Amino acid sequence: MTTQPQNQDLFQRDTKGKVVPTIENFYRFCAEKKLMGVKCGKCNAVFAIPRTVCPKCHSAGMEWVQLKGTGKLLSYSIVYVSTPEFQGQTPYTVGIVELDEGARLSGIVRNVNNDDLRIGMNLVVDFEDTTSQEWPQWPRYFFRNP
Amino acid sequence: MSKRLAAIVSAGLSKFGKRDGLYARELFAEASRECFEDSRNLRPSRDIEALYVGQMCESYEHQAHMAPLMSDWAGLGHIPAVRVENACSSSGCALRCGIMAIMSGMHDVVMVGGVEKMTHLSTQKNVEYLAMASDFQFEQRNGMNFPALYALMAVAHMHKHGTTEKQMAMVAVKNHKNGALNPKAHMQKEITLENVLSSKPVAWPLKLYDCSLITDGASCMILTKPSIAKKFTDDPVYVTGSAQANDKLNLFERDDLTSIKATQLASRKAYKMAGVRPSGIDLAEVHDCFTIAEIIAYEDLGFCKKGDGGRLIEQDETSLQGRIPVNTSGGLKSKGHPVGATGVAQACEVYYQLTGRAGKRQIPDAKVGLTHNIGGSGATAVVNIYSKR
Repeated sequence: MTTQPQNQDLFQRDTKGKVVPTIENFYRFCAEKKLMGVKCGKCNAVFAIPRTVCPKCHSAGMEWVQLKGTGKLLSYSIVYVSTPEFQGQTPYTVGIVELDEGARLSGIVRNVNNDDLRIGMNLVVDFEDTTSQEWPQWPRYFFRNP
Repeated sequence: MSKRLAAIVSAGLSKFGKRDGLYARELFAEASRECFEDSRNLRPSRDIEALYVGQMCESYEHQAHMAPLMSDWAGLGHIPAVRVENACSSSGCALRCGIMAIMSGMHDVVMVGGVEKMTHLSTQKNVEYLAMASDFQFEQRNGMNFPALYALMAVAHMHKHGTTEKQMAMVAVKNHKNGALNPKAHMQKEITLENVLSSKPVAWPLKLYDCSLITDGASCMILTKPSIAKKFTDDPVYVTGSAQANDKLNLFERDDLTSIKATQLASRKAYKMAGVRPSGIDLAEVHDCFTIAEIIAYEDLGFCKKGDGGRLIEQDETSLQGRIPVNTSGGLKSKGHPVGATGVAQACEVYYQLTGRAGKRQIPDAKVGLTHNIGGSGATAVVNIYSKR
């Protein structure tokens, strides 16, 4: 475990006290402004979203790895019609980003003018201070200009 | 001659559209009655041994356990009925359950169908319920919905292959032209390129007229063991190839944003089973939930080379008069997209075309047809091939 969580009580841990590679824990790391992916201890595949079993070699030895949170935009769109949860934010930009470690992630892109959006542009991952309205009140990550 | 997997002996569709005051069971009863009347000698409660019905989202009517309800309203008594859910490919998968039930020898005659009641809810609520077919934890929670996901594919396709908004608009114009000839279609009216290009943005570059319709509707058909098909009709259509492939639910984790790998894999399998090449297909119903999806489908199904989908529509190759007519029914764009009903509704159109009953949109001498039904942003693809012989 390379990262010592500050908010220890909230993390789900195994019997040895290790933070388990679950989705809830991914978002709890987001609350600490850390983008944590997972790396398979057996085949070294890296994923931006945590899994308990490696989809490539089926090993259960997935370990957290802190991602740099830098990458390039692969595609984007400007959303005008949204689900009710995001209605207050329209129009907003979404994108798919390939992180420097090779793993990919999609999410909202903030503070980039529509005219400046380019496939291949550099973006960094940042984190919201506020939590989403729905259970379990997890903060979101987003992308922005470096 | 390719192997016959199952025979279609009858089909029925409800009117597609905004069917105020009617709910899923009533729409399904409407479709099933047409289906029963379409076949001679069929006594539904004696002959039909099982029902597989596609329906996507129980939130629409706060109703789970849909299959016995549909079976009851179709008057099918005590037969085993199962709801199949695979997002927008729910009834494409239900159809495959029927095919497999016949092929296994378990049943000789089954009904397959699909239904969705959508128009009683707001657009936003529909966007929310449809978005449930994407990954809640990583896509929905982070601002994605279906127009946005297909827009991400569109922008990647435009960047890589030079596809234009105008080419996408041409798909909408073509499908509305076909839908105007289909009495069951939701929007039976032609539209212009200007209508599409000037319509309100939904998820740039996709505009309102790039999107399929929120529609109420039901579809069904009767499948039999091929050897007994002639008992029910003089003019059966045979399923000669059937395949499904899947991929990661997350769009962002897939290898290529400009194609749907599940379509490529499923179609390759289905072509091989049916012993036919893409050039041997006389017409196809493809999953045009958004205009870009039809362009990508042309490429993934092998109707043109990768990257040439935009040029295929531009050269009018997929119109009723073209080399490979696509979405003669009007497609999801104009006939409408009651999500759970779509897969079987596509098969109904091919059945009508191959039996010469497609009216003003009839493709002369159509012998081999294909359907392509997608779930979500491409995590599921079902491809079936049909033949008169």
